[in-house]
Formats: sequence, C-alpha cells, structure tokens
Amino acid sequence: MLYVGVSLQFRFHVTGGDFSSAGTASSEIKKVLKKLNVDGVVIKRAVVSLYEAEVNVVAHAFEGDIFVNISSEKISILLKDKGPGIVDISKAMEEGFSTASPQVREMGFGAGMGLPNIKRNSDFMDIQSVVGEGTTLQIEIYINNKNGEQE
Amino acid sequence: MRLKKIIDLLEGNLLCGEERLNDEVEFAFASDLMSDVLTVADSEILLITGLANIQTIRTSEMSDISHVLLVRNKRVTQEMLSLAIENGIALIESPYSMFKVCGILYNLGIKPVF
Ligand SMILES: Nc1ncnc2c1ncn2[C@@H]1O[C@H](COP(=O)(O)OP(=O)(O)OP(=O)(O)O)[C@@H](O)[C@H]1O
Ligand SMILES: [Mg+2]
Repeated sequence: MLYVGVSLQFRFHVTGGDFSSAGTASSEIKKVLKKLNVDGVVIKRAVVSLYEAEVNVVAHAFEGDIFVNISSEKISILLKDKGPGIVDISKAMEEGFSTASPQVREMGFGAGMGLPNIKRNSDFMDIQSVVGEGTTLQIEIYINNKNGEQE
Repeated sequence: MRLKKIIDLLEGNLLCGEERLNDEVEFAFASDLMSDVLTVADSEILLITGLANIQTIRTSEMSDISHVLLVRNKRVTQEMLSLAIENGIALIESPYSMFKVCGILYNLGIKPVF
C-alpha cells in the first residue's frame, strides 16, 4: 500500500485500430496494483474498467492518451481521445448499444456492454464528448470499496 | 473435475500451462464476446470460446481466468501463446464444437456461473 499523500502516475498512448497492443496499459497497471498489494477484487474492478475503456479508444477513436494516478485512497483514470466523439451519451451507456465496425466485432468486441461494465465496476464515472473532436472519460475506483457497487 | 480429465474428455491438447493440469475446475462460462466475459465476477472459471485472438488472452488476464479452452481447433498465434505463458494461463484446444463441449461438461456436473 502507498503512504497517505504519495501517489504514482502513469501515462500511455493508444493508437486506434491497434488491437494487438490493446490492453497493454491495463496489463501494466495490473502489475503495479498487485505489487502494491491492493485487494484482488479492487484490482479486478480497476483493470476491467481500464481495459474496457482502453479497448473503446482502440475500437472507436483515432488515438488517445491514458493517465492513471494511484494513491492510498483511489485509482483515478483519465482517457482523452481524438475521434468521432459520442452523439448521444445516455444511449451509449445503454446495455446493447454499439456502433462497432465488423472488424471490431471480429476481435470479440461490439456487444455494447463496455460502458455499462465500467459503470458497474467503478465508484465514479464521467463521460464528456464533442462530436467530431473526441471523448474524455474519467473513472475512479476507491481502494477500500470492495463491494463493487457505486456508492 | 481435474483439468487433465477435461482435456481427455474433449480430445483436447494442452498448449501451455502444464502446471495447471491438476487444477480443479468447478465452473465454466462460454462466450465469444469479450465484454460478456468481463462481466463475470468469479475468476475460478473455465472460459470456453471460439474467439482465438490476442484479446481472448488479454481478457483472461484482466479477469484472472487461468483456464481457457478454444473450440473447433482455432489456430493459436505465437503472440497468444507468449501472453498465456507470461500470465500462467493454461491454454487448451479441442476439435469439438462449442455446443458439444458445453454439453459434455454440463452433463458431468461442471456448473454455470449465471
Ligand atoms: N472513445 C469512444 N469514442 C467514440 N465512441 C465511443 C467511445 N467509447 C464508446 N463509444 C460509443 O459508445 C458505444 C457503446 O460503447 P460500449 O463500450 O458500451 O460498447 P462497444 O464498445 O460497442 O462494445 P463492447 O464494449 O461490448 O465490446 C460504442 O459502440 C460507440 O458508439
Ligand atoms: Mg466497448
């Protein structure tokens, strides 16, 4: 565990369409959280959220950056991408809604479950999007909340 | 049921993860949709899938899944194999279809997660 007041920062670049690298940021963060002895349930909630978000940038945007901050209280994740943006965010949050291309579906994605999955696994989630410019997704997972539901 | 028994029953072939042959498998989940797999909170499951690409292994890594069975002899790439080895995942291929694999395992008492 980290001391109060100390935090670790990470930054990753993601390229749209690069499915072979999708998940490397999530994998890196998982290793760090394991080393910090964070509870396994919390690790899984954090990396599943991050992975879904990372795959969304690969699947739906042109490129993006991921910023992760780990403190003694929470794991904060910020994803900023350049891409088509999301026209109707509440619709995108619905289970089953997807605009994924056939190529994305071939990779095993496009069920329209990623964003609802992030919502379920995180303690805080916020999406901002400008159509034609890109999307910003903010996710927080509290280190001491093991029940897996938003408070 | 021991993993090695499952491999025998399904005419399977273990590609990596020999150290897991004696693992007990109690639950299984079958899907080709990775976001579907990512909704499963339990980790101690056998993942049965027809999707054979690097994201199958990444998804298993994120979900703490240690046993992955690919149906219908899907081709495994070197990239998939390396990532599975790195994460201590037992990767098995079977010539049987998804339906046949699920039918056999269900009959023998392997339980669903939902
Ligand atoms: N970063 C993004 N940029 C543009 N559109 C996005 C982005 N993230 C999500 N979307 C839009 O929201 C929809 C729903 O996203 P969600 O992650 O729930 O499902 P999906 O990615 O289509 O499929 P799944 O996640 O189940 O594999 C997407 O199909 C897409 O239209
Ligand atoms: Mg998605």
